[in-house]
Amino acid sequence: MKSKTIKVDYLARVEGEGGLEVKIKDNEVTDAKLNIFEPPRFFEGFLRGRKFTEAPDITARICGICPVAYQMSSSHAMESACGVSVKGQLRQLRRLLYCGEWIESHVLHIYMLHAPDFLGYQDAIQLAKDYPDVVNRALKLKKLGNDIVALIGGREIHPINPRVGGFYKVPGKEELDKFVEPLKWGIEASLETIKLTATFPFPDFEQDYEFVSLRHADEYPLNEGRIVSSKGIDIEAKDFLDYFEEEHVQHSTSLQAKVKARGHYLVGPMARYNLNFDKLPEIARQAAIEAGIGEECRNPFKSIIVRATETLFACHEALQIVENYDMPNRPYVEIEPRQATAHWCTEAPRGLLYHRYSIDDNGIIKDARIIPPTSQNQKAVEDDLRHLVGKNLDLSDEDLTWKCEQAVRNYDPCISCSCHFLKLNIKRE
Amino acid sequence: MNNVASIIVVGIGNEFRNDDGVGLYVSHSLREKTDEEIKVVNGVPDGFALIETWDESSHVIVIDCAASENIPGTIYRFDALKEKIPSGLFDGFSTHSISIVDAVEMAGTLGRLPKSLTVYGIEGNNYSPGRCLSPEVKIAAERLVDRILEELR
Repeated sequence: MKSKTIKVDYLARVEGEGGLEVKIKDNEVTDAKLNIFEPPRFFEGFLRGRKFTEAPDITARICGICPVAYQMSSSHAMESACGVSVKGQLRQLRRLLYCGEWIESHVLHIYMLHAPDFLGYQDAIQLAKDYPDVVNRALKLKKLGNDIVALIGGREIHPINPRVGGFYKVPGKEELDKFVEPLKWGIEASLETIKLTATFPFPDFEQDYEFVSLRHADEYPLNEGRIVSSKGIDIEAKDFLDYFEEEHVQHSTSLQAKVKARGHYLVGPMARYNLNFDKLPEIARQAAIEAGIGEECRNPFKSIIVRATETLFACHEALQIVENYDMPNRPYVEIEPRQATAHWCTEAPRGLLYHRYSIDDNGIIKDARIIPPTSQNQKAVEDDLRHLVGKNLDLSDEDLTWKCEQAVRNYDPCISCSCHFLKLNIKRE
Repeated sequence: MNNVASIIVVGIGNEFRNDDGVGLYVSHSLREKTDEEIKVVNGVPDGFALIETWDESSHVIVIDCAASENIPGTIYRFDALKEKIPSGLFDGFSTHSISIVDAVEMAGTLGRLPKSLTVYGIEGNNYSPGRCLSPEVKIAAERLVDRILEELR
């Protein structure tokens, strides 16, 4: 009997504290775990008793990379609870803000965290030595995303300008006009990014995922839409908990989500792309096809090409919004609280972000529930590890461990605070 | 530092984590106490963005809290173009990014270092939630403000 365990105590180049462990016995994978040991953060608990208007600022603190996602899901949920819908240019400004966050987050992951895996470098600094032009392009493109978030949101991280009902202050036309040329450059840089990622060596690995994302009648999804899946789900956000559930597993401080009827599923760029290919602008569809991913991508390693395609979408969408902008008369819609429970999903860079709140007539939050994308993807990550190791048992422990780490990084998991230290244990019996 | 327009002061830290906010405290004080034309940058989102704050003609002063278990209030000064900043002083800059040390290394690799780059650290003591500097850290911060003002003259 031959057993071994592939174990990475601390994953590098992921957001947060996590590790992985795969057990092999007699050439069979017996267990695959994504260990999340970061302490629970109790955000839902301390939202209780706060005013409904505080939710965007409090929940933004959950993540330093995608705070806009939390602000958007919570603001929309509160507006839905109070029977208000934010439309017109205010809605467009929200989409623009979200585009900025997607650019910032996707570019960071593509170039700094993920590309080193394919090109054989330990990190982006090593990468910069051989590919200075590529890293310079990445820094400039990421800054474009930062600048959009800073203008609309008030600052790059944990923006202070968004509020329930809209914004505290809206930019003038001339402030947005400054982004026209940079965004035109951003579209070109995104095209280059797609071309570059298409040249990476990808393992032959496809999975039968259930993809889950928002879908909107007229748009590639950001702020709203129905929740759809590749296996037939088509529901409103209010029905989310009828179809999906979270469970606690011993090796993770994050709850793991699953489709009640079937099990694991996948959210994020690949899910959005596969379920909304027809809603991408022509330039993005064409670039993706030329990059060889087709209308449907099931290889998680190729999600880097999908992220690059979504970066192109975000630059293109942002340019449309900037060029058609008219400064709204009022920066926000007045909202009177009323007793209600409301649900909302938006598309964070890493995927579907579900918020549910119950508030009373005074607008005090009585109950909150937040299900972030990374907790929804945990089971899919573990399933990837199981199959990947099963298909690559002939690799050396070192190569297999490297591949497993890559498989986790395919998801750009956002666990929450960084670690650069990697400790590897291989146990043989 | 005659080209005053290109002096950039970057304060780094979290103002809501007591001593971690000392870099921001120093950069704010410099802004208030000098008539020199300096550009103060606070709240740089990450190490990658640090590189984007300057160009080749800039004189850059970066101030951050240091956490190396030395005596609180200890002031460090590094000429980052001439010496390597020891690891262990400014780690953990961001959750999804690179440290100051790595940012300087990356800028060097890309040929994007500024004309001068001075990195100051003040050893902190208390990083719990709050907006107060420890007494010894505050004294060090005032000393550092005077010292930088002297250097700017």
